[in-house]
Amino acid sequence: MEHLQFLIILLLSPLVQGVIKKLKALMQGRRGPGIMQPYFDLIRLFKKEMVISETASWIFRAAPYVVFSSVLCAAMIVPVISVNADGWVMGDVIALIYILGLGRFFMALAGLDTGTAFGGEGSSREMTVSIMVEPMMMLSIFAAAIAAGSTNLSRIAETHAIVYSPSHLLALSAFIIAVIAETGRIPVDNPDTHLELTMIHEGMLLEYSGRYLALMEWAHYAKQMLLFTIAIDIFLPFGITKTGAAADAAISAGLYAAKIAVFSVLMATVESSRAKLRFFQLSSLLGGAFVLSMLALLMYIMMGR
Amino acid sequence: MECGYKIEKVLKMNTQLLIYFSVILFIAGAFAPLVPAIRSTKLPYLFPAAGSFMLGVYGLAVCFGLPGGSVARAEVLPFLTYSFSVDGLSGFFILIISVLSFCATVYCAGYYSSGSERMPFALFNIFVLSMYAVVTASNVPTFLIAWETMSLSSYFLVTLRGDDSSAKAGLLYIVMTHIGTAFIMVMFLVLYKSTGSMEFSAMKAASASLPANTVYAVFLLSLAGFGTKAGLIPLHTWLPRAHPAAPSAVSALMSGVMIKTGIYGFVRMNFTITGSSPEWFGIVLIVLGGVSCIFGVLYAYMEQDIKRVLAYSSIENVGIIFLGLGSSMLFRSGGFYALSALAATAAMYHVMNHAFFKGLLFLGAGSVLHSTHTVNMERLGGLVKLMPWTGLFFLVGSISISALPPFNGFVSEWLTFQSLLLGFNSPSIIAKIIAPLGGAALALTGALSAACFVKAFGISFLGKPRSQEASSSVEAHPLMLIGMAILAVLCLAGGLMPGAASDMVAAAVFQMTGTAAMSTGWHSLFIAGTFSSLSPALILLTMLVMAGAALIFVLFVSGRRKIRQSCSWDCGIKSLDHRMQYSAAAFSKPIKLIFKRIYLPSRDVRISYLLKPLFVRSMTYRGSITQVVEKMFYEKITSRIGAFAEKMKALQAGNLNLYLGYILATLIFLLIFWT
Repeated sequence: MEHLQFLIILLLSPLVQGVIKKLKALMQGRRGPGIMQPYFDLIRLFKKEMVISETASWIFRAAPYVVFSSVLCAAMIVPVISVNADGWVMGDVIALIYILGLGRFFMALAGLDTGTAFGGEGSSREMTVSIMVEPMMMLSIFAAAIAAGSTNLSRIAETHAIVYSPSHLLALSAFIIAVIAETGRIPVDNPDTHLELTMIHEGMLLEYSGRYLALMEWAHYAKQMLLFTIAIDIFLPFGITKTGAAADAAISAGLYAAKIAVFSVLMATVESSRAKLRFFQLSSLLGGAFVLSMLALLMYIMMGR
Repeated sequence: MECGYKIEKVLKMNTQLLIYFSVILFIAGAFAPLVPAIRSTKLPYLFPAAGSFMLGVYGLAVCFGLPGGSVARAEVLPFLTYSFSVDGLSGFFILIISVLSFCATVYCAGYYSSGSERMPFALFNIFVLSMYAVVTASNVPTFLIAWETMSLSSYFLVTLRGDDSSAKAGLLYIVMTHIGTAFIMVMFLVLYKSTGSMEFSAMKAASASLPANTVYAVFLLSLAGFGTKAGLIPLHTWLPRAHPAAPSAVSALMSGVMIKTGIYGFVRMNFTITGSSPEWFGIVLIVLGGVSCIFGVLYAYMEQDIKRVLAYSSIENVGIIFLGLGSSMLFRSGGFYALSALAATAAMYHVMNHAFFKGLLFLGAGSVLHSTHTVNMERLGGLVKLMPWTGLFFLVGSISISALPPFNGFVSEWLTFQSLLLGFNSPSIIAKIIAPLGGAALALTGALSAACFVKAFGISFLGKPRSQEASSSVEAHPLMLIGMAILAVLCLAGGLMPGAASDMVAAAVFQMTGTAAMSTGWHSLFIAGTFSSLSPALILLTMLVMAGAALIFVLFVSGRRKIRQSCSWDCGIKSLDHRMQYSAAAFSKPIKLIFKRIYLPSRDVRISYLLKPLFVRSMTYRGSITQVVEKMFYEKITSRIGAFAEKMKALQAGNLNLYLGYILATLIFLLIFWT
């Protein structure tokens, strides 16, 4: 059963996206679309005709499937409600980050494949952001991994070794900045714009339409929820079930929903209260977060907690 | 017993015959093109191909337990005994050299079948043979002769093109490589002085009683000497110039295996001969490795020339290997022998993987060069449609080198991550801090190299052709494709079968650390008990299942809805052309600006006006970055040497009488002071 947990992320991630959008609308004094809107969007896109650029090669057609399956494969590694009891998994948290990297690699290639300035711009910026975010994400995870004596996410979640220590808080804040950057949210990227000068993620997807766009969007929602889940597993894993008994699982599921809600509120608040940074100012934000994560690691090594 | 002994003897004789026969094939192959009847056929290629195939089988057998030992020994002069022997470490390197030389030979058979260039058989065969000799030499004179032969033959291959830039690259290469050789000679002299022998086995036997200072000297001298060959920063300056100048198949060999002989020499000296090390050895290696991998990939990202990108990325990968070697030494000094073996496995695994994917990428770049006559990304584009197979293989290489699952580069970098993270176990606080920081450097490197190869593949192979040459390119010769295909398959196999691969490097690791590597199944790895586990095959399977499910879902929901082809979004101007694409320079510009303290970029924009300031006639932009190491270090040294040489010029006036006078003065000097 625990191997089917990824379905939670697959099926509920559009809902999380809907909730964040609704929260954002409420905070900004709008009514906003219903929380089920992302599902309707996906269905509409799946049913639409598709237009593909003449310049595009097979990379453009393969990319949606690679992106989608890489996110789901990564989701299979992550414990959502129950930790993986048998201890054998196909990869650890480092593998997970690199599996997501494979998806990003193909998405950036697809951006270049249509031979437009927007696509290339999006790819270039996405890779630039990832250069700054990936190491910082790794470092903030390292502290937890060393404390738990394992890089395996299930072990980290059940050991829950470094909670409420200074290094934990530093690593958590760095990780949250990484999540914001990875999900393409303000202040790093603006998910609601197609203005040439500002778009990163949307730039790469500009040539996509119909079912391919639906797959890309769905993968993006799933990746967002996946990143929330990783943050929960590493930094706030209390209540996650180790036995898989029904009662435990119910409590665990309830707590998980609450934690996801907290992250949704956090995202909506950050997006509503901050302005998007200029692209070349990102390096100071992300560089700062890199230093935070490094401090977290060093502090853990020096102080042992 | 009797029977077993006999079998062993026969086996030994047969393997020796096999080795001799392969060597003869290589030598005969060097002269084969002199025979007019076979010059224009494919026959001469058969010699090195068959030779490397047989030696490859032999290397594989040694990796999986065939006993090695002395294979050839001949006393030529009192001080010169040729002596070759094979152990697990040599066998592993023999295997890698063989795979690459086999693929490169097959590739060359296609490459030189059209066009005006001719295959440099003699140099190629001597070069490959000398690399075999380096990794099997078992005493100092043999090693040095093999090392020099390798350096000189590769020098001639670098300057083969005969133009100004390759001559300059060759000069820098030969100067740098001899500086390295000088360090290596001094290192051997130090060892000879302490152990009294020129034989590696005797040195090893005496190593336990070596004074600490000798061990330090050997470490530092071998780091400088072999580090020059391996391209470790700051000794790398020759590499990005020399590797691209050689013919592509030779670049593949140089980047794929020749720089690994530097790794081999370093490992042979510091792991198998001197077995002990203080903690700071490992720390020095991790720091140097981290610096090399970050700077190597940073410079690779700024290059627009595919072959130069690949050359810089070799520096990066050598850095990754040294991260592994460093943590192995760190663990050894702390007494954690199992972890030391793990880190050594990571390093050797990456040696092999880098050979495969870098060889593949250089061959791919060679195909592009052969077809379009350029490797400048700004003049390429859209090649994946015109050269689909080359494109696919280059993509495989790009994914592998970017350390993305399920290909081989990912597994060895993952192992390196694990060993660096486990460095937390070492007793001293400095090691505890340095090892995870090495991990941070590796993470940054991974992200940068992914960006670098999105650029290299995306700009060159995707989008619209940026020049006439690119739009009229044709697919490479089938033999070239076969050469690449073998390496591409090996890249995938190395990723999917990490257990089998780590068993393969186990013999080499045993030579290095005296401990066998971890025990695993063929498809998965388990690290340090429950620390972590990995199964790339399962990752691939999961992704395939997920993608298949997505495909079925799409077919089910969307049905057979129409797909329309149209032009890319052009903002309504109706004439999107290739110049409106993102260029290679633009792609990496953000990083150039973010890391401007490191790159120290300069730009030079010249505008000529028809009518100032509104009507521009033409604009030229020239941007460049500064190579910090060269500016801070090499330029100063070379200018000092130049100034010194200028002063010395007075001594060498070109006057014969003056020179005779020098001889006379020397003679008198010696007659007076000799006794």
